[in-house]
Amino acid sequence: MKSYRRAASGILVPLVALAFWQLLSSMGWVNATILPSPMRVLVKWWAYLRPLEAYDPAQMSHLKWVVSGELIQDAMGSLYRVLVGFFIGAGLALPLGLAMGYSKLVYGLFNPLIQVLRPIPPIAYIPLSILWFGLGNPPAIFLISIGAFFPVLMNTVTGVQNVDSIYLRVGRNLGASRLTQFTRIILPAATPYIFTGARIGMGTAFIVVIVSEMIAVNNGLGYRILEAREYLWSDKIIAGMFTIGLLGLGIDTLMSRLSSHLLKWHRGLEQA
Amino acid sequence: MSDSHISVQDVHKVFQSGGQDVHALKAINLEVKQGEFVCLLGPSGCGKSTLLNAVAGFSLPSSGTITVDGLPITDPGPDRGMVFQEYALFPWMTVEQNIAFGLQIKGTAKPAIQAKVDELLELLHLADFRKRFPKDLSGGMRQRVAIARVLALDSPILLMDEPFGALDALTRRNLQDELLRLWTELRKTILFVTHSIEEALYLADRTVVMTYRPGTIKRDLVIDLPRPRDVASPAFNALKKDLGQLLMEEQSRLNQDEFRAAAVD
Repeated sequence: MKSYRRAASGILVPLVALAFWQLLSSMGWVNATILPSPMRVLVKWWAYLRPLEAYDPAQMSHLKWVVSGELIQDAMGSLYRVLVGFFIGAGLALPLGLAMGYSKLVYGLFNPLIQVLRPIPPIAYIPLSILWFGLGNPPAIFLISIGAFFPVLMNTVTGVQNVDSIYLRVGRNLGASRLTQFTRIILPAATPYIFTGARIGMGTAFIVVIVSEMIAVNNGLGYRILEAREYLWSDKIIAGMFTIGLLGLGIDTLMSRLSSHLLKWHRGLEQA
Repeated sequence: MSDSHISVQDVHKVFQSGGQDVHALKAINLEVKQGEFVCLLGPSGCGKSTLLNAVAGFSLPSSGTITVDGLPITDPGPDRGMVFQEYALFPWMTVEQNIAFGLQIKGTAKPAIQAKVDELLELLHLADFRKRFPKDLSGGMRQRVAIARVLALDSPILLMDEPFGALDALTRRNLQDELLRLWTELRKTILFVTHSIEEALYLADRTVVMTYRPGTIKRDLVIDLPRPRDVASPAFNALKKDLGQLLMEEQSRLNQDEFRAAAVD
């Protein structure tokens, strides 16, 4: 009952906003090119989602036909870049972060460079990325990797450095070797931080993919809404934006579900 | 001398604190026999935990030697299992994984680990909680797991650093009884740090009272009350009163130090 009421109250504000928006359009208070009505956006969304051609079994399988619509192709393109970029960025950040957190020597060697590079927003790498990689997926994936790299790195370093020394003392008391200390104590103890970093990194990757598609790639959700502007299709722009929002929400929900499943031992997540 | 299990000889420990040398341990000599239950008793800052950590091998003495079965201590090791006040269970491991961890490190075969874990779960009444994570256990339960984890090592020596300090009175008494039962059954040598006079009198064969800075041994007292001990008996209370007086002298020196430090601030 309580959750039902919470859901009901959660939907109230969006409904009011939607009604207000529809009112603006229906009363003709704003130019439909500037702000189309929600109904028009919905209709466009459906058209954007639908397969372009009629189903022809001779041409392709049913599944392939269902996902052949422009929106789904764009979303898959963006998602592909996010995932590849994220895994490259996080995959490089994780071992470096573990080494920096564990060894003062490695930390001392790398930290100054990291601190100089970290404040550069991934967007600022756009000119270089195009110069180095041309157009298409490579520069986009490069930018996304940079976006994912730093949050994962910083959180991994902090996670390893903050492992409670009492656990290491217990480990030594039980006779654990340095390798065992690392794999069975330091690594699991740092996972809450590492997952937080991964979640932030994924969020950054998602921002960067949209930007990079506006500049270097000619498909994907970011490209599509910029393209729609050239035709003054504001309904498609808004439909694309909502798609980006829903996809981002989906990814973040998935990440948070995954981490609370893997960290069910963690005290901080008791109430989550 | 020959029946001595743990031998502490002329041990000193000096710390640097705020640019000053703090003499945490000074000329400590202590012999603990095989199977003996010894409590180290004193106010905070008397060096009782420092001494325990030195025996554990976490922080070696500045001078002097500590030997176990005649061999000098150089490192922490599973022959001297330690139980910490903060439980220090690995939160990412279930109860049974925590208990099994020491055996896995040793390289014990899987069936033998399983058998040992089952035995310990039974011994400490933890069988119903084997799949739980530490966060879902009460303080008393966590300390049972910590004790089981150390017992899994089969170490002849148990080092306990105020293990029951954070527990409520009833849970505490319950675990004290449990520990005495295990000690009688398993015949371990136990070195147990506490600041509770009653706890020391209830548990120990011998109570070593330590002085506040520098940490020295003020009194080494054999507690020959019959077991199980009655905390309400006149003999128990007479000893409690004597030890209370000894301890209050040290406590007042600690207080003076703290007042002096506060005055400097």
